[in-house]
Amino acid sequence: MTIATKSLDELVGREYKHGFITSVETDQVPRGLSEETVRLISAKKNEPEFMLEWRLKAYRHWLTMTEPHWANVHYAPIDYQNIFYYSAPKSEKDGPRSLSDIDPELLRTYEKLGIPLKEQEMLAGVAVDAVFDSVSVATTFKGKLAELGIIFCPFSEAVQKHPDLVQQYLGTVVPYTDNFYASLNSAVFSDGSFCYIPPGVRCPMELSTYFRINAKNTGQFERTLIIADEDAYVSYLEGCTAPMRDENQLHAAVVELIALKGARIKYATVQNWYPGDKQGRGGIYNFVTKRGDCRGDSSHISWTQVETGSAITWKYPSVILRGDNSKGEFYSVALTNHFQQADTGTKMIHIGRNTKSTVLSKGISAGHGQNSYRGLIKVLPGAENARNYTQCDSLLLGDQCGAHTFPYIEVKNPSAKVEHEASTSRIGEDQLFYCTQRGIPPEDAVSMIVSGFCKAVFQELPMEFAVEAQKLLGVSLEGGTG
Amino acid sequence: MLTVNDLHVAIDGKEILRGVDLNVKAGEVHAIMGPNGSGKSTLAQALAGREGYEVTSGSVRYQKLDLLAMTPEQRAREGVFLAFQYPVEIPGVSIALFLKTALNTTRKQKGLPELDAMDFLDLMRDKMRQLEMDESFLSRAVNEGFSGGEKKRNEILQMLILEPKLIILDEPDSGLDIDALRFVADSINKMRSPTRAIVLVTHYQRLLDYIVPDVVHVLSQGRIVKSGGAKLAKELEKHGYGWVEAEDMAKQVA
Repeated sequence: MTIATKSLDELVGREYKHGFITSVETDQVPRGLSEETVRLISAKKNEPEFMLEWRLKAYRHWLTMTEPHWANVHYAPIDYQNIFYYSAPKSEKDGPRSLSDIDPELLRTYEKLGIPLKEQEMLAGVAVDAVFDSVSVATTFKGKLAELGIIFCPFSEAVQKHPDLVQQYLGTVVPYTDNFYASLNSAVFSDGSFCYIPPGVRCPMELSTYFRINAKNTGQFERTLIIADEDAYVSYLEGCTAPMRDENQLHAAVVELIALKGARIKYATVQNWYPGDKQGRGGIYNFVTKRGDCRGDSSHISWTQVETGSAITWKYPSVILRGDNSKGEFYSVALTNHFQQADTGTKMIHIGRNTKSTVLSKGISAGHGQNSYRGLIKVLPGAENARNYTQCDSLLLGDQCGAHTFPYIEVKNPSAKVEHEASTSRIGEDQLFYCTQRGIPPEDAVSMIVSGFCKAVFQELPMEFAVEAQKLLGVSLEGGTG
Repeated sequence: MLTVNDLHVAIDGKEILRGVDLNVKAGEVHAIMGPNGSGKSTLAQALAGREGYEVTSGSVRYQKLDLLAMTPEQRAREGVFLAFQYPVEIPGVSIALFLKTALNTTRKQKGLPELDAMDFLDLMRDKMRQLEMDESFLSRAVNEGFSGGEKKRNEILQMLILEPKLIILDEPDSGLDIDALRFVADSINKMRSPTRAIVLVTHYQRLLDYIVPDVVHVLSQGRIVKSGGAKLAKELEKHGYGWVEAEDMAKQVA
């Protein structure tokens, strides 16, 4: 090993410096999953009959399924009977009293990421005062959105207040029979977000700040449903660059997007969950089903994701291009360090005529990280003039990591054009030396080179988020979030 | 300013430099000439501290500092600048960001305040005008898709901005047509100053028509076999490197 790779390894080899505190929950449904558990969850949430029926159908279907193992990831078997499927939102007084009770390393990370103080408190789970700024900010937002007829609320609230909308759209993009984890989610999902934009309305703000404030305690089986009615527009940001305290190892979320005629949905994710220690122990398994349906003509859905956390990531945000002239996009940066594994990519299903899709995937592997891109481009017989362009680039740091590409292309219409480009490169000693020769420290040089590599994806993120994402990459490469 | 003493350098266990002695004073321009494979580039890279260039013996003093004990970035911050023969591409990183980071790290080292974006841009625009570079260069990624001439110009731009004390130029003339060559040479001449030293590595004499050196060294098989004034370069052009090598051989036999 040359000295340069050694120093690269040192750079990426530092450890995630703070652990996680496990506190005992009081209001929990006993471990394990049965029809009884499903009924109990639904009852605790005071759900209407149709929800319970749906959950039960999902549960019964789940029983007939087996855990999938085709992804390029490896982990010990999960005991589904040893998981708590419901816990009441944590009482505020269980949390730390103030930031001085929080691990200083965690605070340092927040500072590095430039998270405002109040948000630091939220993220660290500090009990916050009811008159606290962002609560009133949230109320202001809510008022403004309501004026435009936009519904944006926790999923459980939507079930109570807008059951007709929920019943009309829930499971229409990701049915409860879709896959093992989606079925599990459908049976036991805890909460999540619901968003409806009425026809012709352009949502005036990025649904980000607001979401962050509401993101607390959404649980491990999160369910999100976003509907953009005709000619509506919404830009939605999920997640946060700061590491979230979380005690659940298995995360199986479902996100459904529905874009009606002429509507546009931009969905961005920054995911930075606990990746596990240097040996890969204790990290979060993130098995997510995300799918968008361009249901109407000329609709447009784009997914942008920056994935740096979790021990195992298994997700393929996809777009069904049903409407004629509809467009789907997928922009992704996935970073794996230490023993992290990511198998991620997208599916673009071309059904309508003149449908277009663009896929841009940037995978970065460091340490012993394994990064796989898996993408399906499917053009059905009726999809005249379908177009796809796929580019996936991999960047390797050090010599013990891996990058893999699994493109699947199925074309059933002769007028379709599908392009695929792939590249794999290493951060060269040449590049590193060029930077250090100009006085730039190696760690800054690495994060500069990596940011440059990801630039095309970052450009798809809202400005302020892009800056955060860039910092996050730097911090993650330092060795997790510590 | 720079004293190289019996420097031996090996790459992958193979000895390339076999006892180089060099003494460069502030204000001087030294040309290092020699045939392909003589070790010219190795000397340039080793002085800048490239990884994998293993110094097996010898010493290098730079302004009272033990150069060999310093990391590449420390050397750079102390004013050692290497203009690369083949500058590498860094996709997605703009020249402006790259140079601003480099300049501010160096300024911090010197205890100077960091330049903010506005002041930095003013400085860049000024230097780019001098080099007749288009402003669009600011937002282009470092060396990405640059022509040979643009790459060299970009190296010179960095030199003007960072204002180093010891400038090592590794074949700054390679791949340039005659107009570009003259332009690059002019810019280098403008950098000459009583407080600055320049080490110019070149294969061809033609560059020395434009940058007249104080001392010319001939490097052959990892050692400096002959040194002299600017005239030496002319003689080399006339007789070729074989002439110096034969002379050196005769000396060793005797």
